[in-house]
Amino acid sequence: MAGLESDVIEIIAKQVNRDPATVKRDDRLADLDIQSLDVAEIIFAIEEKFDIEVPYNANDTSAAGINFDTVGDVADGIAKLVAKKK
Amino acid sequence: MNRVVITGLGVVTPLGNSASELSAALKAGRSAIGPVTQIANPDLGPKVGAEVRGFDPLAHFPENKLSLLDRSSQMALVAARDAVKQSGLDFKSNGLGLRSACIIGTGVGGMTTLDDNFQNLYGKGARRVHPFTIPKMMINAPGAHITMEHGIQGPSFTVASACASANHAMGVAFQMLRSGAIQAAVTGGAECVFTYGTLKGWEALRVMAPDTCRPFSKDRRGMVLGEGAAMFVLEERGAAQARGAEILGEIIGFGMSSDASDIVLPSAEGAARAIASCLEDARIRPDAVQYVNAHGTGTAANDSTETKALHTVFGEHAKKLMVSSTKSMHGHALGGAAAIELAATIAALRDGFVPPTANYNEPDPQCDLDYVPNEARDAKAEVAISNSFAFGGHNAVIAVRR
Repeated sequence: MAGLESDVIEIIAKQVNRDPATVKRDDRLADLDIQSLDVAEIIFAIEEKFDIEVPYNANDTSAAGINFDTVGDVADGIAKLVAKKK
Repeated sequence: MNRVVITGLGVVTPLGNSASELSAALKAGRSAIGPVTQIANPDLGPKVGAEVRGFDPLAHFPENKLSLLDRSSQMALVAARDAVKQSGLDFKSNGLGLRSACIIGTGVGGMTTLDDNFQNLYGKGARRVHPFTIPKMMINAPGAHITMEHGIQGPSFTVASACASANHAMGVAFQMLRSGAIQAAVTGGAECVFTYGTLKGWEALRVMAPDTCRPFSKDRRGMVLGEGAAMFVLEERGAAQARGAEILGEIIGFGMSSDASDIVLPSAEGAARAIASCLEDARIRPDAVQYVNAHGTGTAANDSTETKALHTVFGEHAKKLMVSSTKSMHGHALGGAAAIELAATIAALRDGFVPPTANYNEPDPQCDLDYVPNEARDAKAEVAISNSFAFGGHNAVIAVRR
């Protein structure tokens, strides 16, 4: 889990051009200035990294079953999808 | 300034391949959205689209000509043929072709040609592609073929502004006619993008609806792609009247703006400037407009933004407007969309109805106008506008009068 979370943090940090060490689990995506196109790119990177499908729709952000509020929410949602794959 | 009228209209659309079929489908509120049949790959995400049915290229072209004609060129040519035939103009006589323009809007060019040839190259190990790959796929091919078929020898070019392409093309043709720079024009748009590669691209953007297109409805889930072509013959009103041509409608104004803000997210302010500029260009007051053929893509962002823009420009009158997105029925044909939507608007004005927004389920507090949900309405609208707001922030709005 810790590995996955740090991978997700790394992907998110890269998207907003920040040092991963400065991005914390409780950070809200909105506060990191992550826009909707950023989310699409973050999910693409996550799908490639973990070889999973994230059913995300920008018009219905709940469709993926993941809360896109904080970094930790995203990591937890991705962890569930990765676990489901195994 | 010259007045500019439409004397010819031809369409190849998911709702039918003639203006009368299109009108009947719009009036019935019939949606052409269904499972995509042109792509067999099961890995496709967005499984629904609005495809043109019953279009047999061999019914329109000799087999040996088809190696030069991408699906988008085929549909553009057939639509232009019908439009020119209806207008009764002969560009090849009395030097008319020399004083006429062909201005076509399309978004991305011959994607089926590109996809097929590159798939052979990268996927199947082919060592060469068809010799006409380039002239067949180039984005200006549909317009070029129209000039050749009809002998249009004046200005001809293709406009690419993504989902506003056809409105920009038709608007420029309108301006050239109004100024007297040309005597007649063939103008419109075409797009055919049902290829695996293109749809994967749209899928990756995460904006496609899984089931159908529900513009302005609270439960909307995004856009659904369409395809097709619509072409118009435009000419100066006095000349059309003098030769006894049937006038299908008048183009009275055109407005453009740029958001200059985001590559995909729309701006209400930018959209409002284009609409206001169109009304000013047409020299009409906001309350002269009865019908708005909305851009209405069915995405969360567009529909609320477009509603806001309509409130900004129309003020109190916004609530009295009939606003519908015919994309709910013919899908989003990208660069060709505005031409199909102008055809829908002309059909509605002529046939005395307003097309519905199909698939509408529930009101959204952010979309609080009259969207003519699900059922066409009998209405004798005189003046309508047709909105197009493209990726890239290119906005184009056209105004027509019955």
